[in-house]
Amino acid sequence: MQELALHILDIVQNSLAAGATRVEIRIQENLKQDLLVIEVQDNGKGIPPMILPQVTDPFLTSRTTRPVGLGLSLLKAAAERCRGSLEVHSTEGRGTTVIARFQLNHFDRAPMGDMGETMGVLVTSNPGVDFYYEHRVDGGKYTLATKEIRKVLAPVGLDDPAVLQFVRQDIQGGLKKIGAATFPKIKEVLR
Amino acid sequence: MKVEELRKIREKVQKEMDLRAGEKATKVVVGMGTCGIAAGARPVMAAINDELAQKNANNVTVVQSGCAGFCEQEPLVDILRPGEKKVTYGKVNPEKARRIVAEHVLGGRVLKEYVFAQEKE
Repeated sequence: MQELALHILDIVQNSLAAGATRVEIRIQENLKQDLLVIEVQDNGKGIPPMILPQVTDPFLTSRTTRPVGLGLSLLKAAAERCRGSLEVHSTEGRGTTVIARFQLNHFDRAPMGDMGETMGVLVTSNPGVDFYYEHRVDGGKYTLATKEIRKVLAPVGLDDPAVLQFVRQDIQGGLKKIGAATFPKIKEVLR
Repeated sequence: MKVEELRKIREKVQKEMDLRAGEKATKVVVGMGTCGIAAGARPVMAAINDELAQKNANNVTVVQSGCAGFCEQEPLVDILRPGEKKVTYGKVNPEKARRIVAEHVLGGRVLKEYVFAQEKE
């Protein structure tokens, strides 16, 4: 995946496949600790405890088209090559939380990418799901909640094609305002 | 959040809805599995929505699906027009997606050069 925003889009597909009606995405950039934390929390059906330790195994999947499941294993590899880690917590019947940690300014960290487009695609193609997106940069904070958008738009649904562009622009503007990182800042580039 | 902009969208769409009341919807399905996402399905879906919004076509539903097992053909886009057989386009990019919307989804003309699979008669 070329962007962390694409990993997030991919991980949220797991939440949707698990029947989640609410998905919370939290991103935190801690400049002092040089740490980036991405958290995806859902209220889906959860992962049975027996298979939980194997969820990052690329040859474990719940789908039936091919015996390969790359979503979580790719995110784990991306985090680990940036001195980070991946945690998956889950309770059957209650939901799952995926937490990925990265060194914020690591040479190998993929750029954040277009979070606006990721959220826009998720919101318009899953109009019945409540999405909450929070992005913090030290003291600054941006949030987007589809519950609020739905209220203002009614009776027009969140699946209207114009909503994607609205969500994208709102997020892009909001992230710029709080100074969200795009690319890692590398002090010295080895030649 | 710019509430004013949302209200504008609502008013514009509501006017169109009244005009199109009773019309059957066309469905567009974009493959959004890991393979689809890695191959560029997200900008494809954004382009489809953008083209539909520009043409005020809010009687079309755009949804996502998981991996269909043809990962090497991703991004895959299915077009289901009411009363017609399903057409699947392969290796779609945003540019192709805009043409598919304008010519097939709204115009009814299949773009044969981009078709990966077509349901048999």
